[in-house]
Amino acid sequence: MYAYDEIDRTLVNERVLEFRDQVKRRLSGELTEDEFKILRLQNGVYLQLHAYMFRVAIPYGTLASNQLRQLAHVARKYDRGYGHFTTRQNIQFNWIKLAELPDALADLAEVGIHAMQTSGNNMRNVTSDQWAGVAPGEIEDPRIWSELIRQHTTLHPEFSFLPRKFKIAITASDHDRAAIKIHDIGLRLIKNEKGETGFEVLVGGGLGRTPFIAKTIKHFVHGRDILSYIEAILRVYNQYGRRDNIYKARIKILVHELGIEKFSREVEDEWQHIQNSSLQIDDEVIEDIRSRFTYPSYEKLPHSPDELRQAAADPDFEAWRKNSVAPHKVQGYSIVTISLKPIGAPPGDATAEQMDALADLADKYSFGEIRVGHEQNLALPHVAKRDLPALWKALDKLGLATPNVNLITDIIACPGLDYCSLANARSIPIAQELTRRFANHELANLIGRLHINISGCINACGHHHVGHIGILGVEKNGEEVYQITIGGRADENAALGNLIGPGVKFDEVADVVEDIVEAYLALRERPEELFMDTVKRLGVEPFKERVYATR
Amino acid sequence: MTSPLEQKKIKIAGPSVVTANRTWDGIVVYRTGAKGWSADLAEAAIVRNSDEAKALLAESVADDVGAIGPYIAPVQVGADGKIEPGNLREQIRRTGVTIGQPVQV
Repeated sequence: MYAYDEIDRTLVNERVLEFRDQVKRRLSGELTEDEFKILRLQNGVYLQLHAYMFRVAIPYGTLASNQLRQLAHVARKYDRGYGHFTTRQNIQFNWIKLAELPDALADLAEVGIHAMQTSGNNMRNVTSDQWAGVAPGEIEDPRIWSELIRQHTTLHPEFSFLPRKFKIAITASDHDRAAIKIHDIGLRLIKNEKGETGFEVLVGGGLGRTPFIAKTIKHFVHGRDILSYIEAILRVYNQYGRRDNIYKARIKILVHELGIEKFSREVEDEWQHIQNSSLQIDDEVIEDIRSRFTYPSYEKLPHSPDELRQAAADPDFEAWRKNSVAPHKVQGYSIVTISLKPIGAPPGDATAEQMDALADLADKYSFGEIRVGHEQNLALPHVAKRDLPALWKALDKLGLATPNVNLITDIIACPGLDYCSLANARSIPIAQELTRRFANHELANLIGRLHINISGCINACGHHHVGHIGILGVEKNGEEVYQITIGGRADENAALGNLIGPGVKFDEVADVVEDIVEAYLALRERPEELFMDTVKRLGVEPFKERVYATR
Repeated sequence: MTSPLEQKKIKIAGPSVVTANRTWDGIVVYRTGAKGWSADLAEAAIVRNSDEAKALLAESVADDVGAIGPYIAPVQVGADGKIEPGNLREQIRRTGVTIGQPVQV
């Protein structure tokens, strides 16, 4: 966990006071909506279909148990008793009242949580690997660098009025769980041949109306130079990014239109002016941030404790363990992913009761720490293997032990037309129906790793372009129509999916997905060949034939 | 169901209302004939041509403190005068999400 200092606490508390005053002036009519809109957006407040929506940041996906309890409190006191974890390590409350928002912000500030820059055309929440600091083989904890960037960019005047929103993600593992290639800037922590820490820097990734996979702009930027290099990118973007057309305002469009070589030259030119400035980071600064992250005092524990061997006789426990438990860098410990995708439920939702109970379980079994992943699941990052059976039983009672992580029912979905003012079609009911279709765990296991991502509009909050199966809801002649893509992925081999054919109606989506899955099962050469491997080997055509042969 | 945020021209094909969200709490409201706002669609003022729509929208926009984001939305008016939303988006805004919520309210 990262411990805030006095500067952080002052910043967060002052922000609450400012926003309280802004809300007061808005409700009295002193501020018009046009004047107020940018202020509320800078505090994570959107207007959705039925109500205001309040988006709260969970920097680099790390939460302390007391923070999760406070989120539960906000859900219970100011909302309708639940929250929705998003694809960018945020949580959203869907029913909050503007008049009560300052109080909710004040309650969150008590535990160091805020909503700064969770919307608006500024630097958004810096995200990272939800397994940061505990994943075996990691270069080093990427949250230290995430925190450095967070501190530098929060309320930075030069980055507060960018052409459009700007998102950074950081990973330090070979396997990318932070989806860095679909971010405006993606950072991959690496070591150079001298053993020095630095970053491969990628730029221009993003989904939405015009999706692009990020391109490498520089293969190695030394850690001490990362702020100046990011700033150089942002300055070029700030200068040349389009402000006349919202659909062409993201940096991905600028990179695409200039070409990565020309864009890179512009950044290099800018960098020459600022590389050796006060933006160069002293080792002491990094060490100070590192020292503010506290790590558990792990016990020396056996690799295979008796409790785990005994519990292995229970097939339900084993199904969960094999699916949801991952190796930890410390012997005797595990990382436990908690699926927020129960069969038939909205993906990513958690009730206040579940959040409170999870906070208690985190205290009991995970040194009081919880993580949030972009796949809309949670994780307990430090669970002793001996405690896994007891934890599983407790999670099961809460409805949080569905063993479907990375399987076909572990669906990413945006709120869609049920909540969102931008959406054209519903996402959540599609996800719910699909989880019911593939509820049989043996079937889901037989299918293996398969990610379905669903968005209710072209803005792609559900990351449909990079779903193994992607589903995009659009509107056609007043009806919801869904376009299906296959072959997308968001990991280190990120790729955009390919459309399989004409859109299908709401009621047909689950049938089409079943057809695609049946085709895969028939086409794969062996059970170990994953869906993505089959698509890569055969392309879209055999799936298209199967889906449209009878339609 | 094109998002009203993309609503640029006022062109209506049938009976319509002006809807928005109430400023202090964000709930869905409809402009009434009495120059106020109501959470009940039955109390909404109905407009039937673009001039009426423009006038009602202008009046609604002017009430910046009462409600935000006003726009024109289609409705269906039954033979008995009962007003129903004209598309799925407005149906959802009126009756709520089409899914079970994690917590019953």
